[in-house]
Amino acid sequence: MSESKIIDARNTFCPGPLMELITYMKQANVGDTLELLSTDDGSAADVPEWIHKVGHEMVSSEKIEETWHIKVRKIK
Amino acid sequence: MRILIVGGGTGGTILANQLVRRLKDEIRAKKVRITLLSDSDRHMYQPGLLYVAFGQMAPDQLYRDEASLLESSIKFHVDAVTEFHLDRNQVKTKSGKTHDYDILAIATGARIVPQEVPGMSEGAETFYTEEGAIRMHKRLMEFKGGTVAMVVSIPHKCPVAPVEAMFMLHDFFKMRGIRDKVKLQYKYPVNHVHATANVARWAKPEFDKAGIEYETLFNVREVDPVKKIVYSEEGTECKYDLLIAIPPHRGMEMIEANNLGQGGWIPTDRFKLTMDGHENVYVIGDASNVPVSKTGSAAHFEAEIVAENIASVIKTGVPVREYDGKVYCFIEAGYDRATYNAFDYVNLPELKPPSKAIHWFKVAYNQLYWTTVRGLL
Repeated sequence: MSESKIIDARNTFCPGPLMELITYMKQANVGDTLELLSTDDGSAADVPEWIHKVGHEMVSSEKIEETWHIKVRKIK
Repeated sequence: MRILIVGGGTGGTILANQLVRRLKDEIRAKKVRITLLSDSDRHMYQPGLLYVAFGQMAPDQLYRDEASLLESSIKFHVDAVTEFHLDRNQVKTKSGKTHDYDILAIATGARIVPQEVPGMSEGAETFYTEEGAIRMHKRLMEFKGGTVAMVVSIPHKCPVAPVEAMFMLHDFFKMRGIRDKVKLQYKYPVNHVHATANVARWAKPEFDKAGIEYETLFNVREVDPVKKIVYSEEGTECKYDLLIAIPPHRGMEMIEANNLGQGGWIPTDRFKLTMDGHENVYVIGDASNVPVSKTGSAAHFEAEIVAENIASVIKTGVPVREYDGKVYCFIEAGYDRATYNAFDYVNLPELKPPSKAIHWFKVAYNQLYWTTVRGLL
């Protein structure tokens, strides 16, 4: 069964939101959905670029107040 | 009040010494007892490994006896913890002893796991262990020319080390007079040459100036040590003559074995530094899942906050401060220049132009570290 995990990378600069996401993607099972919370506007472009290049799936991306909520699914 | 610290690295040692300084009267009156358990009688200055790889420090310069760094009132035992029983406020050790506590601090650090990337152990050099740094130095001295590639795994300790190593490789081969025969390639897992935007903004033109080639979005998947090719998760590959790897890391095995956190990283409140669901358990440094760099610097500042709060809770019943995410890391920009990276949860680092003065301060800090862990600096 798929699970959804929240990765709170708000207000972090090093190692930063995408590295946090990749760390948790490595630990996740195929089919898992992860939601990255980021206050770095760069995440809105950086995360989809990596997801598309590596071959996972973008589920959604939206900014609510100051926080980006980026949902991705591990598919391989 | 029994305070038990597990781990004798940077965080655990600073915490123990700072607690003694803050609670000396209570310790003298036998109202407080501080015990530190470690799996080693030696303390390593881990940032020195980079210098060992380039022949600038000898391996024995990295070590001090842990007992020599600790205040005499600390009960220090070399006896690795094997079991955590947080529900009973107890740990058990390799020797079979049980230690009860009122407050526990876990500062067990991280370990490298190159074996999780097929071929990495056989095909790549690394400076993240003493043996690795010595071997890497030998390989560098023997290297006659070709492609030197660096790959960076996630997660890893000391996020500026890969950048520093590239600049040092550039200067190393220049000094050997063979820089024109060496192609330097840097492969990095996220979209920029460093995870921190301002470090990337500074490092990219410096790489260009030094003729260091780079590829981003390269997450190492496999190393073929026979064909000398490293492959990425993203479907690209790189042929190399000498491969240097920043290996992936995990928390310590006994953290995972005791189900304290996935990957060995303990879920921790990023401000209070307490383990989620356990108000009397603090987590310091690499062992936590706090979203800051896994560095001695973070462990140092976290240890100071935890020491201050534990002492305050004992004296007044309330903690005094929260951790603000403070980290300060030097960044070597070659053999004779350095800058630094200072930030917290709110403030992005603003890098200064590299200078010789900062480099020499870093060289001095390589010795001053021993005053830091004693809780003096």
